[in-house]
Amino acid sequence: MQGLVDIFKPLYDLWLSFEAFMVGPASPGLLGYWIVIALMMTGFYIVIAHDNLVKKIVGLNVFQVSVFLFYILMAKVTGGTAPILAEGITQYSNPLPHVLILTAIVVGVATTALGLALVVRIRNAYDTIEDDEILAVEEEEDR
Amino acid sequence: MTIFYTYFLSLPFAAAIEPHLPILQVVVPLLCAPICVLLRDAKLSWLWATIVTWITFFIALVLLGKVLASGLIIYELGSWPAPWGIEYRIDAANALVLVIVTAIAAITLPYAKVSVEKEVARPRIYLFYLMYMLCMTGLLGITTTADAFNLFVFLEISSLSSYVLISLGGNRRALTASYRYLIMGTLGATFYIIGVGMMYMMTGSLNMADLATLLPAVDHTRTVLAAFAFVVIGLGLKLAMFPLHTWLPNAYAFAPSAVTVFLASTATKVAIYALLRLVFTVFGGTDLFASTDISLMLIIVALIGMFAGAFVAIFQTDVKRMLAYSSVSQVGYMVLGIGMATAAGLTGGIVHLFNHAVMKGAAFMAVGAMFYVIGSVRLNDLAGIGKRMPVTTAVFLVAGLSLIGTPLTVGFISKWQLVQASLALGWWYVAAGILLSSLLAIVYVWRVVEVAYLKAPPEGAARRSEAPLSMLVPMIVLAAATVWFGIDGDTTLRIAGEAANALMGPASGGKP
Amino acid sequence: MTGLLAGWAPGDALVLALVIPVIGAFVVLALGRWENARDGASLITAGCLFYVVTQLYPIVAAGGRPDIVLFDMVPGLSIRLTLEPLGMIFAGIASFLWIVTTLYAIGYMRGHHEENQTRFFFFFAIAIASAIGVALAGNMLTLFVFYEVLSVSTFPLVAHHGTEEAKRSGRIYLGILLSTSIGFLLFGMIWTWQIAGTLDFVRGGVFNAEQAQGPMIAVLLALYAFGIGKAALMPFHRWLPAAMVAPTPVSALLHAVAVVKAGVFSVLKVVVYIFGIDLLKLAPGTDFLLYVAAFTIIAASIVAMRQDNLKLRLAYSTVSQLSYIVLGAMLASDIAALGSAMHIVMHAFGKITLFFCAGAIIVFAHKTDISDMKGLGHRMPVTFFCFFLASLSLIGLPPMGGMWSKWYIALGAAETHQLIFIAVLMVSSLLNLAYLMPVVLYGFFGKAPIQSEEDADNDHDDHEHHHAPPNHLLLRHMTFGREGISDASFMCLLPIVLTATGCVLLFFYADRIRIFLLPVFGG
Repeated sequence: MQGLVDIFKPLYDLWLSFEAFMVGPASPGLLGYWIVIALMMTGFYIVIAHDNLVKKIVGLNVFQVSVFLFYILMAKVTGGTAPILAEGITQYSNPLPHVLILTAIVVGVATTALGLALVVRIRNAYDTIEDDEILAVEEEEDR
Repeated sequence: MTIFYTYFLSLPFAAAIEPHLPILQVVVPLLCAPICVLLRDAKLSWLWATIVTWITFFIALVLLGKVLASGLIIYELGSWPAPWGIEYRIDAANALVLVIVTAIAAITLPYAKVSVEKEVARPRIYLFYLMYMLCMTGLLGITTTADAFNLFVFLEISSLSSYVLISLGGNRRALTASYRYLIMGTLGATFYIIGVGMMYMMTGSLNMADLATLLPAVDHTRTVLAAFAFVVIGLGLKLAMFPLHTWLPNAYAFAPSAVTVFLASTATKVAIYALLRLVFTVFGGTDLFASTDISLMLIIVALIGMFAGAFVAIFQTDVKRMLAYSSVSQVGYMVLGIGMATAAGLTGGIVHLFNHAVMKGAAFMAVGAMFYVIGSVRLNDLAGIGKRMPVTTAVFLVAGLSLIGTPLTVGFISKWQLVQASLALGWWYVAAGILLSSLLAIVYVWRVVEVAYLKAPPEGAARRSEAPLSMLVPMIVLAAATVWFGIDGDTTLRIAGEAANALMGPASGGKP
Repeated sequence: MTGLLAGWAPGDALVLALVIPVIGAFVVLALGRWENARDGASLITAGCLFYVVTQLYPIVAAGGRPDIVLFDMVPGLSIRLTLEPLGMIFAGIASFLWIVTTLYAIGYMRGHHEENQTRFFFFFAIAIASAIGVALAGNMLTLFVFYEVLSVSTFPLVAHHGTEEAKRSGRIYLGILLSTSIGFLLFGMIWTWQIAGTLDFVRGGVFNAEQAQGPMIAVLLALYAFGIGKAALMPFHRWLPAAMVAPTPVSALLHAVAVVKAGVFSVLKVVVYIFGIDLLKLAPGTDFLLYVAAFTIIAASIVAMRQDNLKLRLAYSTVSQLSYIVLGAMLASDIAALGSAMHIVMHAFGKITLFFCAGAIIVFAHKTDISDMKGLGHRMPVTFFCFFLASLSLIGLPPMGGMWSKWYIALGAAETHQLIFIAVLMVSSLLNLAYLMPVVLYGFFGKAPIQSEEDADNDHDDHEHHHAPPNHLLLRHMTFGREGISDASFMCLLPIVLTATGCVLLFFYADRIRIFLLPVFGG
């Protein structure tokens, strides 16, 4: 068993140094932002790369969720609690971004609903929800 | 303009309403829109939308008059003072945009009635007017607000309703056009809030004036730099800046005619206003615009857009799509004005904002009327249209000449100001670019003119079949405005100059 | 003002001169259904315009400069009308020749059974209005505005027939005129405004001595010279031959008088009032434009010689003659510029006569090619004699007006010691002789081929409809009571004789023009 651990030791060291690089010495909170960026790029990639119209909307959601996370992360104050007045607590997290992001979530839901509704209509009109097939049909029409 | 203000003050209820005009501008259409659902009837909801829109138009004129008479108007929502509450600020720049948006909306509605009845299924017509009012609300909100996040909310209100409006087009391709616009538009808006979030991280404020004072202290950080980039790209998507314009041609080509008129004349204009506000007011105190070469980037992008848009327009067989590509080209002129970053250049950009709204509105109305009568706007189907619909074709001709930039039309005024601004900077090659790209406009406009006037109408076509009066009058009004403000360019240039000063002046951020 | 205009301010009379043709145009449109009333309205409008212009003449001759500011177009720049001697001359010939051409056009259009005559006369009047606007322009912006209106309003006239050929020509016509004016002229104008801060026409130019140095002036001058595409400087001359598909009255008035003269008139205005002749003497690098003009003179003459189609030959001749005026303007000498201004008048009368004759030959003999005109002079003696007189004027032989303008231009070349351009003028006169005289010689001394009636029917172009001229007194062949003569109708001949007589009279009254123009060209 120890042998196995030894084999993976260098990999683990690599991870540690990677983590140290990402997190940085003084600000333990940066990991969250890396996650935001990873999510953002994932979502963005799905929107661009996928031909399926529903998957595009899923990607768009992932993209938007990353932004929600981004706002919530920035609201976090180290050592602060939820912004509710209580005895003996002086440090609160910033409530404003939460409120902002509530609005953004509503907008996101509306966009998703409208997008999916459009996909349904497109499917009725074209019999497909694959973007490349739709494009082929439209190019045919243009000619 | 001040006549409307003085007239308004003479009204009995003026004293009570006057302080609340900025919020009424936005709230009146917002609250009136859902009433369409109660009305349900196509005619009634049209009438309702028309009344409401004309009232907002009047409010906008009063506001412009007030701004020109007494300067900046500040309105605090719920009386919460500025950095905490949301604030609306109206100066010459957004008062002008308010007038553009409401004027086009008001003129389009009489035009829309028969056109919408033909192109939209009757049971959905009341929803059309609901969405129309909501879209206008969003655009007005973007224009009035002085809060960066509030701007996002209104951006999404206008965007979501415009996706719906576009998808109501008769052709199934309206659906895919709307879908693609939805994807691109949402990406753009999300980019914008990423940028706003980053600004908030660094300053803890969302109020534009407040941001303008706080940003210079942190303008060397990478976060602010990234925020700047996100905001410019995000809004660039909404305003169809080349190469982020790909959603625009199909969206305009397949939307119902009335929607195309409205969106082409207002939506991109408001996005450009938002970009102006962010770049020159919010980031106005920082030297990011100068130090990051973004002005160079904007100018290059604008020049490419001017040529590429016009060039592609030449090869279109669908006149509506041709005009859409022409819009891509014309947006280039406005972006160019922004890129110059001088008062003269900005004046040129802003005056083109107005001028393009008028002439493109007229052009799309004419094309919409042709679609209404003969059911197609493909170039081949328009043979001899000059004989069959003389008034409509004449309107198109006037708008087309304005796109080229011939004197006595508004297009000439814009071009004059932009060329002059670029020569003042010593950029003669930019000036040459502006003029050369208008030569491309000659080609695409004249393709239509030749077919319309010099080709014989098809056999069996009705000899004279003009569009109904309700369509003719609005388009004649816009064509007349195209000529009027082309002759009296002085007025618009002065207002645009004041708007440019409001954006660039020392009181940038509109500090009281 | 005196006469019918008593009580009018001279400035208002300028507006009146501008408005009359516009009103006339709409009256023509309204009367479209009644042929005679419509054509009568055209004539009356032309007469009114000419009357107003003549009423303005004594004011200008007495040193007055009627002036009116209409409105501000952009801050600091207004649309403004000012009448000075150069403009007076241009307005005078445009309005006088409009009357004559209207007479001719009525005879031609009816004799030729053209379609869309109402549209024709409507845009014709609009074109005249814009030519008057160019003549009266008080600053460069105003001139540019009317210049562009002129380009656009003449497009329907050029593409009148609506055939593929007409469309193609219309495209070339508008394409070149709009691109040069927007691409170069507008650019040069805004640049000038940027440098000098004004676009007003100022005697001696708007630039100060410091600005006059350096290569910028040469670039600006080139922008103006090529930007004014209507002056047909090579390589931007192609629109003029292309425009010859238009009905002949259009070619006559617009492409011998209004359009092309608006071009060279603008060049002259720019040289005299924007640059100033004195400044042009000092400015380095402006010489190459002289060579461009000289090249155009010679090259266009040579091309003209090779054309068999009479209208095309005349078109290339116009290209060549226009460059005389440009050459005279660019010589930077008061005398040469005076010669240029006079050549505007001389060439207008000469060329319009030639075009009238060409049109008469098309309508009444159905001939378009010179090689087909052998012996035609015996059938149409008046037409061919007038053609002969006008040719003499263009060549520059006494006793015709054309002599004087060439004389003054040559004098200017001598004064500035540019003898090569005297040589150019001489060579080109010989070339004029070589391309104009054959027409007359063929007509009078050529042997008419013995033709069957069928051949006569077949040898005209497809769009030249072959109808018998209407049997109206004014519209049918004139025979003068002699066997073998069937000249053009009275309605066509009268204008021809009038303008040909004008060519002769101008020889004797040329000095009046010189004295009238003296205030512009110094001593």
